[in-house]
Amino acid sequence: MPHDSGTPDMIFVIAKREFRSMFLSPMAWVILAVIQIILAWSFFTSIDYFFNIQSELATLTNAPGVTDLVAMPLFEVASIILLMVMPLLTMRLISEEKRNKTISLLLSAPISISEIVIGKYLGLLFFISVILMLLVAMPLSLAVGTELDLTRLFSGAFGLFLTLAAFSAAGLYMSSLTDNPMIAAISTFGLLLFLWLLNNSTASDGGTNVLNYLSLHTHFAPLLRGILNTKDIAYFLLFIVGFIVMAIRQLETQRLQS
Amino acid sequence: MSSLISVNNLSRHYGDFCAVNNISFELSAGDILGFLGPNGAGKSSTMQMLTGNLAPTYGEISIDGKDLLENPKAAKASLGYLPENPPLYQEMTVTEYLQFCARLHQLDKPQINSACSTAIERCGLNDVEQRLIRNLSKGFQQRVGIAQAILHSPPVIILDEPTVGLDPIQILEIRQLMKTLGESHGIILCTHILPEVQAVCNRVQIINQGKLVYNANIDEMLNRGTEKFEIALSPDINREQLAGHDIFTTVETIENNHFLIESKSDAAQLTQYIVEQKWGLTHFATQQTSLEQIFIDLTLSEEKTDNKLETDAA
Repeated sequence: MPHDSGTPDMIFVIAKREFRSMFLSPMAWVILAVIQIILAWSFFTSIDYFFNIQSELATLTNAPGVTDLVAMPLFEVASIILLMVMPLLTMRLISEEKRNKTISLLLSAPISISEIVIGKYLGLLFFISVILMLLVAMPLSLAVGTELDLTRLFSGAFGLFLTLAAFSAAGLYMSSLTDNPMIAAISTFGLLLFLWLLNNSTASDGGTNVLNYLSLHTHFAPLLRGILNTKDIAYFLLFIVGFIVMAIRQLETQRLQS
Repeated sequence: MSSLISVNNLSRHYGDFCAVNNISFELSAGDILGFLGPNGAGKSSTMQMLTGNLAPTYGEISIDGKDLLENPKAAKASLGYLPENPPLYQEMTVTEYLQFCARLHQLDKPQINSACSTAIERCGLNDVEQRLIRNLSKGFQQRVGIAQAILHSPPVIILDEPTVGLDPIQILEIRQLMKTLGESHGIILCTHILPEVQAVCNRVQIINQGKLVYNANIDEMLNRGTEKFEIALSPDINREQLAGHDIFTTVETIENNHFLIESKSDAAQLTQYIVEQKWGLTHFATQQTSLEQIFIDLTLSEEKTDNKLETDAA
């Protein structure tokens, strides 16, 4: 089936509407607020912990810095919380269009299905960037009083961005499968949790390596430690492209069968 | 001039069920085509295929000379579509929504505002343009749907039941709008309201069980076959007396002194004849073949023959 890659203009028309419509409902504001409150709390407890052990750290050579003890745990917690929140953001992307029949506006307009899907994904990436900016601002504010390892911070934030982008792609695909946002949310959550926990498998046979490789967490952890590995980045990109292509195919097929 | 829509041998199957069976038709500029059919006849499937919402099983569709299957973007650029359920984003205001639609149809930046204000004007949305679509009444939402379909002034406009939920005055306005648009555009109007088709359309097409069973100009349709007349005469004339005159092919009594007659002569000759007989003519009316009659004849007769075939097979 021929897919044209699409013109950036049309992709941005869709992305812009998607991004704006999130802020037109209370959903986006509530989610941003809840995430921010919980993460701020986690940030403060990390700082508290850091102050308590500061004297002990001073005696160590090569002691972990504030970036290791405050910023990285924050990103770790953020990845878990967002794993639960992302399904709520992705659930309505396509399923709601199908349920409200607004999808026929897009399908009868001069725009391809790839442009619709990529546009929606891009709109969500804008939103993720907002979440991430608010999140990174917290450890960054410590720069006033101390020296930060900015490269580590960047690597961690980049890892978190890739992880969230992967969550979104999976959620977008799940949303294309159904016209019920609730079902999309629950199945996205199930899939993400499964992929996240895959590396906890304790089986000692040869399968473990494969399962380990498939797990999202396996590829997120090195980025948190400041190791930028092309292998991990390739995994995320493949993951994202794979789910987007599947979502496009899914919509094409529905047009054929419906 | 080539036709705006040309459909060739279009079919659509859902598994074993054939919803649209090998239909072909054309639409030219200046045509307002009424597309009729009972529920489940394949009307909506046909409209969805014409607008690229549904892929056909077989057949070709070309819109404004561009093939919908091979060159979907170019073909869809010539299309305005109002589906059965207006595709409205409830969380947007009317203006925001129309601006989004204008961008979706790739209007240039300077055109967007003028196109939106023209559509708002034409559909009478001036008072609600800053309100959220969610808070509008059904009639206004329907009008936003129509505004969206005519916004980019497409050569082909497809409207699926556009007057549902409108009040009688709005209906008249929208019909007037369709007539105005029909002068320069090609319009397909899908509806259940037969008088609307008679009032607005110049062509009519009836689909039944996936097949096109009727396709004619409205004028042709209204004047087909022998005409019937309803007459009222003085009370002392009875049916037998009338039946004796050769000028009437059939005579039926409606009530007391009202008769339904059929004749090969035209109305002028008939009145002349009746007056000469001194029957005390008090009422004379021509009965046109109504669209309703044709619709019922075509869709019911089909069902009857089908039922018969089924019982025969059993």
